[in-house]
Amino acid sequence: MAADKNIKILVVDDFSTMRRIIKNLLRELGYNNVVEADDGNTALPILQKGGIDFLITDWNMPGMTGLELLKHVRADANLKDLPTLMVTAEAKREQIMEAAQAGVNGYIVKPFTAATLREKIDKIFERVQAGGG
Amino acid sequence: MRREQGSSGADLEAYRRAAQQLLEHVEAGDGEGAQTVIDDLTHLRETELFRELGTLTRDLHEAIKAFNYDERLADITSQEIPDARERLNYVITMTEQAAHRTLTVIEGSAPLAQQLAEEGGQLAERWQAFQRRELNVEEFRELSRELGGFLERVQADSRQISDQLNEALMAQDYQDLTGQIIRKVIALVEEVEANLVQLVRISGQRFEADGPSRPARAAEDAEAASERMRRGEGPTLPGQGGDDVVSGQDEVDDLLSSLGF
Repeated sequence: MAADKNIKILVVDDFSTMRRIIKNLLRELGYNNVVEADDGNTALPILQKGGIDFLITDWNMPGMTGLELLKHVRADANLKDLPTLMVTAEAKREQIMEAAQAGVNGYIVKPFTAATLREKIDKIFERVQAGGG
Repeated sequence: MRREQGSSGADLEAYRRAAQQLLEHVEAGDGEGAQTVIDDLTHLRETELFRELGTLTRDLHEAIKAFNYDERLADITSQEIPDARERLNYVITMTEQAAHRTLTVIEGSAPLAQQLAEEGGQLAERWQAFQRRELNVEEFRELSRELGGFLERVQADSRQISDQLNEALMAQDYQDLTGQIIRKVIALVEEVEANLVQLVRISGQRFEADGPSRPARAAEDAEAASERMRRGEGPTLPGQGGDDVVSGQDEVDDLLSSLGF
C-alpha cells in the first residue's frame, strides 16, 4: 500500500538540526515535498493556508507547543482530519495519553531511529487509506 | 542592621542621679553607700545589655525566618543544583557520544570513498587506452573482468557509505536533546539569580508579613508542575523519572495500543 510520495509534509521543531534530520529521513523515504516551521505559532498559518497533507511536530517549543498546535488543528473544520505525528523528547505516560486524547495519530520519543519514523509514517498512511481519508 | 548607639534620655537621667549620689557618698566618706550606688549602676548597665541582646536575638530570628521563607531557594540548593549538575554531565556524555558516532562514520566511509576513487582512476586510464585501441585482446579481457568487479564494489560500497551517512545524520539529534537540557539549566540559573537578588533585598528590610501558608504553596507547586508538563519537560535523564516516564519507543507503542491505537 504505497503512500503518495508527493504529499506535502510540514515539519515543526524549534531546533533547526532536528528539522534537517527529519527532512533528510523523509527524503530517504521518498518524500521530497517538505516545509518547515519552528513552533506552533508559525506552523498554524501555514496549515490554515492549506495544502499540507501531513504534520510532524515536536511538543516542547517556545511560543505555541506542539500539543496546543494539535488542539488547534483538531478544532479547525478544515484541518481536523490532518494526519499528525508527534516526535518529541516528552516521555511521561500522562503526556502521551494527553496527546492521544487530543487526537494525535502517532507518537515517537526522541532519540528515535530512521526505522521507527518509517514504520510510524507507513502505519498512519495505511490507516488513513483504510479509513478512506 | 545597626541598633542606635548610646542610651535614651531616661537612662542618662538615671546615670546622672547615680553619679551625683556616688560623689556625695565619696565626699561624705561613706564607702558602703558608694558601693551600693556602684551596684545600682552595674545593674543599670546590665539591663541595657540584656535589652541590646534581646534586639540582636530578634534580628537573628527574623533573618533565619527570612531564609525559611524562601523554601524555593532551599529546594534549589538541595535538589535542583545537583540535578542541574547531573544534567550538564549528561550533556557532556551525549555530545561525546555523538562526536564519536560521527567520527566512526567518517573513519568507516572515508577509506571506502578513497578506494573507489583510486580504483576508478586506474580503470579510467586503462579504459582510455582501450578507446585509443592500445590494448590487445588478452589485456581487454582482463580489463573487462576488473570492470565487472569494480561495478559490483561501487554498488556495495556506495550503499554502505549511504548507510553510514544516515548514521551520521541520526547522530546529530544530540543538538536538539542537549539544547533542551541546557535551556532548562539556564532557566534554573536565572531563577537562582532572581532569588538571590530577592534575598539581598529582603535582608536589607524588616519583614512585615509571613509568606503564603504551606497548603497554598503546595497548591502553587502542583499548578506549576502541571503547567510544566503542558509546556513540555524536555528529555528525561537515564535512570530518572521513575514509573511515570516511558523508557523508549516500545513502551510508547504499548501504551498507545492499550488506548486502542
